[in-house]
Amino acid sequence: MGMRIVIAKPGLDGHDRGAKVIARALRDAGHEVIYTGLRRKPSEIVRVVMDEDAVAVGLSTLSGAHNVLIPKVCQELIANDMSDIVVFAGGIIPDSDREYLHSLGVRAIFGPGTSTSSIIEFLDTISERKNSNLDVGVGQDSGWRWI
Amino acid sequence: MDLITKQSISLAKDGNRRELARLLSSIESGAKLQIDSSNPWVLGVTGPPGVGKSTLIGAMIEEWIDRGERVAVLAVDPSSPRSGGALLADRMRMSSADSSGSVFVRSLATRNHPGGLVPFLDPMINLLGSCGWSRIIIETVGGGQSEIRIVAFADRVMLVDGPDRGDIIQAEKAGILELADLVVINKSDLPNALNASNSIKNSFNYSDKDDEKLVLMTSALNNDGISELINHIEELEVDTKRNSLRFKERLLSAWDYLLLSNPSLSEILLDLESGKINLDEALERL
Repeated sequence: MGMRIVIAKPGLDGHDRGAKVIARALRDAGHEVIYTGLRRKPSEIVRVVMDEDAVAVGLSTLSGAHNVLIPKVCQELIANDMSDIVVFAGGIIPDSDREYLHSLGVRAIFGPGTSTSSIIEFLDTISERKNSNLDVGVGQDSGWRWI
Repeated sequence: MDLITKQSISLAKDGNRRELARLLSSIESGAKLQIDSSNPWVLGVTGPPGVGKSTLIGAMIEEWIDRGERVAVLAVDPSSPRSGGALLADRMRMSSADSSGSVFVRSLATRNHPGGLVPFLDPMINLLGSCGWSRIIIETVGGGQSEIRIVAFADRVMLVDGPDRGDIIQAEKAGILELADLVVINKSDLPNALNASNSIKNSFNYSDKDDEKLVLMTSALNNDGISELINHIEELEVDTKRNSLRFKERLLSAWDYLLLSNPSLSEILLDLESGKINLDEALERL
């Protein structure tokens, strides 16, 4: 059974080809994907995740503002009692920034060249971890990550 | 109903969106909640793809918020028959859906349930009504029988079409037109919108004279005609003749669901296939 997953474009970034490819790939893998459209505020993304009762949110950013926008989404999720939501990211995120984002609870970061099958594999893994009550949410122990 | 669910319902009624969202999920996965009938106000919106239904609903939401209403939308999209997944993107065209406290948008996939979403719609609408959402909209892409059945859960039905498409004839074929209280030609800023509206009005003149329907024009993009549209919708009385048609559709879909979820269905189908029994005997066994 598929999961409900939000694919979001935070901030001022007009490029969503990648986000749309991911959305379609996840749908073809049996997931229900809610796509937010372009230029959403972190608070709006958190609202969508809440109202749609999603399990995970994927943040696509190519603007270079990932170190501002992704932390805001993570913090607002935790502040809204949604520590169990899984956060993953994709787009243009340099290696040097990744450790910081992982430390905030981002469980996977997919760069250019990632095959859609590895994202689907990641989602299968988080689904298994959730079923076994292992930490995988944004506000839970951040030890585990997808490499 | 367990204590946790009861608590969750009372939190949702106090305005907790996350609890409301979770309760909608549990209804969707088959849980039966006991909620007193809230007598909700429901509008069904349907029409062919690409005529601007979501954008129009977005504009209507703004107008309703200005008038002090709280608007909830159930946006229904089909699940892929092959993978079972779905791409739900109606809310991206509704501008205040992600920010205003007076709006709640939930995307629903049809999930290839036997009988579609039908068994879940009534309890979902009732829950939204009892949580204080004063205007509830069900949006679906129009065309087939299953969409008719979804909008039949609303007491008022609005059909949306674009200029110069002629899809209204398709709607007439499918029988959606009989359920509709009003027809809106959206994208009135484009050429031919007036022609489309006139030809629809004309075709109504040739058909049932007692079945009067409003034909209105809007441009959701320019916010033209939205306020008038809301005025008309607010004045709509629930039409008794159309209402009995709707109840017939609801009954039929409940009947379908009952049939399709019968545990001995596959056995009976096998016997039918092999010629052991005929259709009458199959009905008897069901």
